Amino acid sequence: MTDNTHDSTGGELAELGPIPDPGIPEHTWRPTDVDPKAEKRAERQVSAMFGLSAVFTILFVVSYFTFHIGEHWTVWLGHGVSTIALGVTLGLALLLIGVGIIQWARKLMGDHEISELRHPARSDDESREGTLAALTQGLEESGIARRPLIRNSLLGAVGLLGVPAIVMLRDLGPLPGDSLYHTIWGMGTKKHPMRIVRDGIWSPILASDLEIGDLVNCQPDAYKNPQRYGIDPTLVEGTELQVQKAKASLILSRMDPGDIKPGPGRKNWTVDGIVAYSKICTHVGCPISLNERTTHHLLCPCHQSTFDLANSGKVVFGPAGRPLPQLPIAVDDEGYLVAQSDFTEPVGPSFWERNYVQR
Amino acid sequence: MSSADVASTNGTKPATVSGGNKRVGTIANWADERLGLASLAKKNLRKVFPDHWSFMLGEIALWSFVVLLITGVFLTLWFDPSMSEVTYNGSYAPLRGVDVSSAYASTMNISFDVRGGLLLRQMHHWAATLFVASMMIHLMRVYLTGAFRKPREINWVIGCFLVLLGTIEGFTGYSLPDDLLSGTGVRAADGFIKATPIVGTYISFFLFGGEFPGSHIIPRLYSMHILLIPGLLLALIAAHMMLLVYHKHTQWPGPGRTEQNVVGFPMLPVYMAKAGGFFFIVFGTIALLGGLFSLNPVWKFGPYDPSKVTAGSQPDWYMGWPDGLLRIMPAWETHLWGHTVSWNIMVPILVCPPAMLTILILLPFFENWVSGDKREHHLLQRPRNAPTRTAILAALATFYALAWTAGGNDIIAIKFGLSINEITYFLRGAVFVGPVLAFIIARRWCISLQRHDQEKLLHGYESGVLVRSPAGGYAEKHLPLPLAKAYALTARETETYMTEEQMAESAANYKGRFPKLRARLQRAYFAHTVPNVTVEELHEAQHHAEHELHEMEAQIAAGPNRHGPTQGH
Repeated sequence: MTDNTHDSTGGELAELGPIPDPGIPEHTWRPTDVDPKAEKRAERQVSAMFGLSAVFTILFVVSYFTFHIGEHWTVWLGHGVSTIALGVTLGLALLLIGVGIIQWARKLMGDHEISELRHPARSDDESREGTLAALTQGLEESGIARRPLIRNSLLGAVGLLGVPAIVMLRDLGPLPGDSLYHTIWGMGTKKHPMRIVRDGIWSPILASDLEIGDLVNCQPDAYKNPQRYGIDPTLVEGTELQVQKAKASLILSRMDPGDIKPGPGRKNWTVDGIVAYSKICTHVGCPISLNERTTHHLLCPCHQSTFDLANSGKVVFGPAGRPLPQLPIAVDDEGYLVAQSDFTEPVGPSFWERNYVQR
Repeated sequence: MSSADVASTNGTKPATVSGGNKRVGTIANWADERLGLASLAKKNLRKVFPDHWSFMLGEIALWSFVVLLITGVFLTLWFDPSMSEVTYNGSYAPLRGVDVSSAYASTMNISFDVRGGLLLRQMHHWAATLFVASMMIHLMRVYLTGAFRKPREINWVIGCFLVLLGTIEGFTGYSLPDDLLSGTGVRAADGFIKATPIVGTYISFFLFGGEFPGSHIIPRLYSMHILLIPGLLLALIAAHMMLLVYHKHTQWPGPGRTEQNVVGFPMLPVYMAKAGGFFFIVFGTIALLGGLFSLNPVWKFGPYDPSKVTAGSQPDWYMGWPDGLLRIMPAWETHLWGHTVSWNIMVPILVCPPAMLTILILLPFFENWVSGDKREHHLLQRPRNAPTRTAILAALATFYALAWTAGGNDIIAIKFGLSINEITYFLRGAVFVGPVLAFIIARRWCISLQRHDQEKLLHGYESGVLVRSPAGGYAEKHLPLPLAKAYALTARETETYMTEEQMAESAANYKGRFPKLRARLQRAYFAHTVPNVTVEELHEAQHHAEHELHEMEAQIAAGPNRHGPTQGH
């Protein structure tokens, strides 16, 4: 294909291809055009569809008031009848109108193909010149080109008005500060180290409660006993509780102590083969929960990152870039499992300011 | 047949003025004296729209959007976009007594205690699914048929932004019920935002009003979902439609269809009836889907809890392909000077989707730059007649499909008993190799189809008539194509590709950037396109066909008498 310098009027295409244009085919009459019986039949079909549609609309209203929902909903063949009846009657009422109108258009409305000329998208030269002249005159009269001081100061002032719009967004939320570096596990005291409790049951856990191969979902005791740790109870209520859970959710797993390959400085982070890891994936933050008992691998169901719980939570497969943070644990005076301290690194997904802790 | 035989009440007869029309006239006069609409209406009431099934795809998108507006307004009457904690006490027994957010509780209320509420919710969700799907199929139709060419490039760009906005609208919408599945999606979105270099953590804290999940995200998503994005969508759809009216619709080549005209049915009454009727069909289909097929059963997922997740967590289908890329991306993170650069999230989420959108937007401009074509085009091209263009879409679609497949790698592993690791490793390679293969295959395929067309034009179509020759061989007779069909097949421009000298000449004459690259691309883009048949070839073929027809007639006339049973035996 060579460069084409045709003007943009879209013209100059005398013939498309080798065969001369035979022109718009002659109109052929439909049965409904020539046979009064066929015409009447089509008319009856169309109005019957509109009539049936009205019937379904009435049935919709009837179903609305007849079928119960709520606690004692009407069941038929295991289905909630209300939703099905309303959907089917509404759907048919609408479909019948649509099919009826299209049948009307196809069978009874005029079906002569007509041709309309196109116009090029561009304006004609006269309008273009006129516009250009008006524009030039207008700009000339405003003197915007001759008075750069006015123009530039106006542009600067209007441009600066964008700043308040952005500044106003500041109070959308607090600054991150160091909140991503801390979890509620760190709020245990020397006297009362933070106990690890079973999620949902909220009972503290004795090391002997777990058998080898067990995997337990855990939370800090602070949610149910904030006063024991001197924590403001509003910190563990409602949406605040959700924020805590998004960081503090924990996995306990017990394995043969011989299987554990403790990372440097982590020899005493476990209790009798029990290891504790953050439940929040280091990829984009899904809670991890699929345990492969024999390999000690833990799989995230969202994007399949797989972590080795016997080996400092290292990533063995998938897109996560960092090991699962491990929580150092111990037992308190009563033999319950507790956190020795907070996590030693931020939990959850990576973020720009995060300092990498080399393992 | 003369028009005197036309049935009496048919619309082709001139209308007689009756009392009803007088009243219409009075109203029209009143309105026109105030609005002056007659000149606009005169031009447009009988505006011609061409007919083809593929022109209906965009209409599906338009009508699903209208259904979204209608069902959405109803849903806002009951939905409470608040994250404040309430105890669920509604009709769904398994969750009674559970602490949930108001957003979740009101979604449950709509589903179980508002008559027709579940229907509305499911219709809204089905319409959203259909909205994005039909937009994407419409986009592919426009690309494959060359409808994006001058003067319609701006409408193409608007369409690309509609797909983007529709996708974001979908995400903000399905996140609102605050159920476990959608909350997991928002959790991942927080991870994506935090992976943004430098400003990510701040954006996350501002968007969520503090740490994830906080109590602000649902109300904020809500105002985006029901005000900001629908407003933008409406404005862009209006612009899309106005440009469609201004440019007039494209049409397929055929007898009487040229670059200068548009042939079809007038808007009033036929097109208005067909399009209006089609609105009811789309609406009715969505109502049936909403009534019969469960979608997003939030009561089964339960309320969002950051410590819980369910296996097989998947976003709505149109979010599947970035999620798939996220799954197959290697675990690359860089740690520099105390900062974390998460390539494993940035590449699939922050780089690939915007890059895909950019590629889509640039497609018409790229083709135009390569071809140097400055003319307007109103006649569509069959995909086979633009092999390279078709192959580009095949490559993009293959990449999309493979990434989308990766988004379901866990489901595939379970359903087919495969190793999820192997699926992931395979797809890591396939997203690179697949598009290349698709490009090559699609291009060759198009060229074969072009040759097939040429074969039909020059040697006729297969008639199904078998003829035995005197020597005993059998052959199928080919008959020439009907004129209208032959015309439609040949009404296209012959795209010749350049010789080396022409390439050099083109490069020398081109004053824009990269003249050599452009010349080489031009050759690659249009090379191997089968040229249109010539007048001479057609004449010869016609002559040959007539000769064959005579021969066949002679054989048919002679055949049975010579070999059949003789009378009088």
